[in-house]
Amino acid sequence: MSVEVWTWIVVGLTFALYIYIAMRQRARDTEGFYVAGHGVPAVANGMAVAADWMSAASFISMAGIIAFLGSDGSVYLMGWTGGYVLLALLLAPYLRKFGKYTVPDFVGDRYYSQTARIVALVAAIFVSFTYVAGQMRGVGIVFSRFLNLDINVGVFVGMAIVTVYAVTGGMKGITWTQVAQYSVLIIAYLIPAIAIASKLTGMPIPQLGFGGVLDDLNAIQTDLGFGAYTDAFSSLSTLNVLFITIALMTGTAGLPHVIVRFYTTKTVRDARWSAGWALFFIAILYTTAPAVAAFAKTNLMDTVSNQSYEQVKAENSWFGSWEETGLLSFDDKNGDGIINYQAGDGNELTVDRDIMVLANPEIAGLAAPITALVAAGGLAAALSTASGLLLVIGSSIGHDLYTKVLKRGTTEAQRLRAGRIAMAGGVLVAGYFGINPPGFVAEVVAFAFGLAAASFFPVIVLGIFWKKTTKEGAIAGMAIGMTFTFVYIVMTAKGLLGMDPWFFDISPQGIGTVGMIINLVVTYGVSKISKEPPAEIQELVESLRIPEVASAYLKEGKA
Amino acid sequence: MHGREVEAVDQAIKDYWRRNVRLKLILLSIWAFVSIVLSILMIDVLNEASIGGFPLGFWMAQQGSIFVFVVLIFVYAKTMDRYDTELEATLQGMSGGNA
Repeated sequence: MSVEVWTWIVVGLTFALYIYIAMRQRARDTEGFYVAGHGVPAVANGMAVAADWMSAASFISMAGIIAFLGSDGSVYLMGWTGGYVLLALLLAPYLRKFGKYTVPDFVGDRYYSQTARIVALVAAIFVSFTYVAGQMRGVGIVFSRFLNLDINVGVFVGMAIVTVYAVTGGMKGITWTQVAQYSVLIIAYLIPAIAIASKLTGMPIPQLGFGGVLDDLNAIQTDLGFGAYTDAFSSLSTLNVLFITIALMTGTAGLPHVIVRFYTTKTVRDARWSAGWALFFIAILYTTAPAVAAFAKTNLMDTVSNQSYEQVKAENSWFGSWEETGLLSFDDKNGDGIINYQAGDGNELTVDRDIMVLANPEIAGLAAPITALVAAGGLAAALSTASGLLLVIGSSIGHDLYTKVLKRGTTEAQRLRAGRIAMAGGVLVAGYFGINPPGFVAEVVAFAFGLAAASFFPVIVLGIFWKKTTKEGAIAGMAIGMTFTFVYIVMTAKGLLGMDPWFFDISPQGIGTVGMIINLVVTYGVSKISKEPPAEIQELVESLRIPEVASAYLKEGKA
Repeated sequence: MHGREVEAVDQAIKDYWRRNVRLKLILLSIWAFVSIVLSILMIDVLNEASIGGFPLGFWMAQQGSIFVFVVLIFVYAKTMDRYDTELEATLQGMSGGNA
């Protein structure tokens, strides 16, 4: 059977699984819909976080991004993992103790201000929408690459699936589906990785084997005029590596769809453990990706450089089929029939980054069902992230705006319905952007992380650790940090105004670090000069720091 | 509860929080050292050495740092469990069976 038929089968089976799980775990009240009834065990929650975190980009593009950046790919490897340490130590347990439903809930209550709540919910919606557009597009792309469907049809299918399991299941359904999606995506990622590791080095564990190809890879790269693969700062300046890594790490800890994932555990203690499990499950993929990157780049360069084009096509079927999809293209500039892959103007081969993962199974000579599994894995990654983001969009509108700001929806049934309708609306808008992606899709990552780093992260951390942070401080900090970051990205991002990065040559991807620092300074300064928070807020902050058992003692003492 | 007992409970909680903050500072220092110092600022220096075929700085930046992050979180969770249990025992001791 062909890859296409296998893909229909495997993808169909996984979709049936997700729907089954969501039907079984259907949310019946707002607690179930927004925070999975506070009933998710730590390890399962960790798997759900991992699936939610690893998007279509992590699954499909990351190995390719690292393959072309070399050592500097570490900005994404550390940037997208290091933030979990910040989450575990500085945020998750305290937000779980706080125990409400959303990030604007925390901001609004802690800063005793509807204005703060509204600023937070607008920021949450903006960050989540920019992110989710990329996921829906990713779903469309996987469908078009593997099943030869039109991208837009793929987006519609994705929208339908997400509506069925996320809108009915709520956070409860979403969490358990994410557990299944993690299982699918990790198996789909590891099998080709282990196969190509065995093929190239005889060592099936990619993390151990990849040291063996680095000398060769460095040599080939330098011969062709590229920098050595393992040399630091060959693609990005030291300053940018530093600022981008920090922006990504602190942005991770400020992203609403990640933070709310820690509201769902049974206890505060479970929130900490779940952060550990989450990073463990994420690390399985993130330590495999650089290995896949190195193997795939070595394999590609060995196979094609300075070989005759016709011969390469004849001997490697994957070359021709990926040429047809446009992921590879050869332009014989000097007319000699030889593929000159090199740095600079004479380069004749253009390679899309996604090929490193998508073509891997074929390059490693694996059977068709494995390629189908990779398609299912990519879809699992995209859908799991999309559902987490849609929950944030739904909760921002259905809970924060509708129930808490507009004070509508007095019964459970009304509130539950509001959440469902808001999420369904979010699916439609996300689908629209999936079909008509804005030109700056690539900058979406910079936006989402930069804004999260410059708005939520400082304000939540200060809110927990410094009782005297005031509402004026928080609002000023969020507003100024976000505005600075937003304006800078619009000015300097290539898909937008495309100006030169004017602040110490820091790229738009790294400016979130500066925005965060500005936020911290402004929040601190303005808090110092404004009226202290009311006593009951200061007590709220203290209560967040105490384990549940101690709170019980204090209550009894006061009785 | 009597005034002195209230003070003792407050003190126990303050001590608990101080331990917690100190633990965080230690773990976050390791986090910052591994990610910023070793994997970025000193990566060229570390690359002079190698480990299993990898230049050391490169390995740290692309693999080692992630392993350290996972360990840091589990150490945090385990230690906090211990602090929580100890706080609970202290408080139980104070209320002397009144709970």
